[in-house]
Amino acid sequence: MADSAYAPVDFSSWTCPAPLRDHDRVVMGHGGGGTLSAELVEHLFAPAFGSDVLAELGDSARLLMGGARLAFSTDSFVVRPLFFPGGSIGDLAVNGTVNDLAMAGAVPAYLSCGFILEEGVELSVVGRVAEAMGEAARTAGVVVATGDTKVVDAGHGDGVFINTAGIGLIPDGVDIRPQRAAPGDVVLVSGPIGVHGVAIMSVREGLEFGVEVQSDTASLASLVADMLAVCPDLHVLRDPTRGGLATSLNEIAAAARVGITLNERSLPVPETVANACAFLGLDPLYVANEGKLVAFVAAEHADAVLEAMRAHPLGKESVAIGTCVPDHPGMVVAATGLGGTRVVDMPLGEQLPRIC
Amino acid sequence: MKYLDEFSDPVLAKRLFDDIRAVTTRPWSLMEVCGGQTHSIIRHGIDQLLPEEIQLIHGPGCPVCVTPLEIIDKALEIASRPDVIFCSFGDMLRVPGSGRDLFKVKSEGADVRVVYSPLDALKVAQENPDRQVVFFGIGFETTAPPNAMTVYQAKKLGIPNFSLLVSHVRVPPAIDAIMNSPDCRVQAFLAAGHVCTVMGTSEYPGLAERHRVPIIVTGFEPLDILEGIRRAVIQLEAGQHTVENAYPRAVQPEGSPAARAMLSDVFEVTDRAWRGIGTIPLSGWRLSPKYREFDAEHRFSVTGIETEESTVCRSGEVLQGLIKPHECAAFGKECTPRNPLGATMVSSEGACAAYYLYRRLETPDKEASSVG
Repeated sequence: MADSAYAPVDFSSWTCPAPLRDHDRVVMGHGGGGTLSAELVEHLFAPAFGSDVLAELGDSARLLMGGARLAFSTDSFVVRPLFFPGGSIGDLAVNGTVNDLAMAGAVPAYLSCGFILEEGVELSVVGRVAEAMGEAARTAGVVVATGDTKVVDAGHGDGVFINTAGIGLIPDGVDIRPQRAAPGDVVLVSGPIGVHGVAIMSVREGLEFGVEVQSDTASLASLVADMLAVCPDLHVLRDPTRGGLATSLNEIAAAARVGITLNERSLPVPETVANACAFLGLDPLYVANEGKLVAFVAAEHADAVLEAMRAHPLGKESVAIGTCVPDHPGMVVAATGLGGTRVVDMPLGEQLPRIC
Repeated sequence: MKYLDEFSDPVLAKRLFDDIRAVTTRPWSLMEVCGGQTHSIIRHGIDQLLPEEIQLIHGPGCPVCVTPLEIIDKALEIASRPDVIFCSFGDMLRVPGSGRDLFKVKSEGADVRVVYSPLDALKVAQENPDRQVVFFGIGFETTAPPNAMTVYQAKKLGIPNFSLLVSHVRVPPAIDAIMNSPDCRVQAFLAAGHVCTVMGTSEYPGLAERHRVPIIVTGFEPLDILEGIRRAVIQLEAGQHTVENAYPRAVQPEGSPAARAMLSDVFEVTDRAWRGIGTIPLSGWRLSPKYREFDAEHRFSVTGIETEESTVCRSGEVLQGLIKPHECAAFGKECTPRNPLGATMVSSEGACAAYYLYRRLETPDKEASSVG
């Protein structure tokens, strides 16, 4: 693939029956974390970069350098509004990258930070964002070690964009990656889902649901450390951010070629999230989280891991939501409350509110 | 919002499934009219748990699916104009017109915005007095009153840069058209509860009598739908054909007088084309002469639209209940939610998308060709 880096993309070699050629321009769905995003990486970026490490397509790259096993990850933050109930773009920029590292079992150590600022944005706003980042970094136990600032003309940005990258050390004996999900594994989630997405929607579009919903943005590094302390052999960790729990589970099912069954009644959906989703015609399984993780653990360790999660302040409401099965590989299937089943599919782009 | 849980109680649901099983002696075909009901049926797996004899046919009640191609092409044309801010509900953005959709014109530079209420679009118009702001007013009797209210407000407040691209449709003429179709297999209707919340039930007894078909006004939560099915089957088994209200907590016989008054002030009944079905007489609304100045079609006089519908897509037959989605040769192959050929594959309420999302488990042969 590396040889063809400068050649035009060869449509005929694409594996997907309904590929990107449907769009000759970037559409919003390419950033939604669903199928369109995955195709962009798989068909456009990965072949151009020709990197074996990238081909693993985890939340973090896992690297061997000088005998040390490193996790390395990057993420960009373009959230609007910059400040929302429960946090800000600064919290997300630190916690998002810290969590990507933690999901490889790594102990996050250093972050880089790139700001793209729009001409005219108030310095006090940038200051508040920076304060939030500093506070989040101290809480997560990471050091912001390097950074960069660029300014774009007014109208060419949305106030503040941030990119962070991070590295961390993966402890010996830890091997956490989506491909390790295995039939029999228990699927655990660390608390209520859909909270961040609803918090953002409530302020972004001026939608009010009676009760203010606070974003769940948090660093999950210490929760992961507590889990690894009772079970170093966690199979998979994922923080279900953009695209929600459904997207993370579909990615894991596809990577490991296993099926996942969920018990819909055990899904921790807070009433406020359920109500907001009912109003907007959204499914909480597809709504973003910023301080939750999903874990795949061998059945014999599941109780101990669940107990450790519940003992941590960020995992008090952890529950088992399903299991990994040999049937329907690559698919996530939910048992509905009434006793029927439904396929929980990978979303295409971002979820669109239904008309009625 | 507590009713959401109460009306999906598994113990009560089981009792209703048992009741339906007990009264069913022969095969029956029921059509749920509304896309919201289709969504709920598939979402909760209700159709898998019904007795084999009961077949649910998914009706034409998805507003996204039945909006005519010509109107969508007009929307694309208007949205592409540099002086226009085009506002729409979210799921209209992915509906294919002739070769492109609103997402695509947005990526080409059009100012297309998702709003959650037509009144939000009016606010956009107030905030942007030097731009033309158009709201895409589609849907059934449920979405029509807020759109009517918005036009009423625009006139009252004197907001000249707002207009409505309107393609509203009405349920009763569609039921009539379905029953008049020579291939019709529908033996009973679950009428759309929220349409009746607005309009009341007075339009239905004549239909039930003329076509000798039971019509049950039905809600959207699992227990509502099961109760609608139970009552329909009881009538069918007894050879009856009356209108029953199985959704009394939301439906009064006279509907909402305030909403109806607003509708008859702002709109007038007109013939309307339904995508995949054709023109149904008196099945739609357009702005009445008093409000014509707010009609986007009038304001922008978009002409020369040549529509081009996919030739393999059989969404028309799906919408009429003549075939199930997976009986279309393109289903799950050329046609997926990512690359929809017909509108029924676009909205999560559309019958094809609902099948694709929730029923792939039962059609694994289709799955292999659709995994990206």
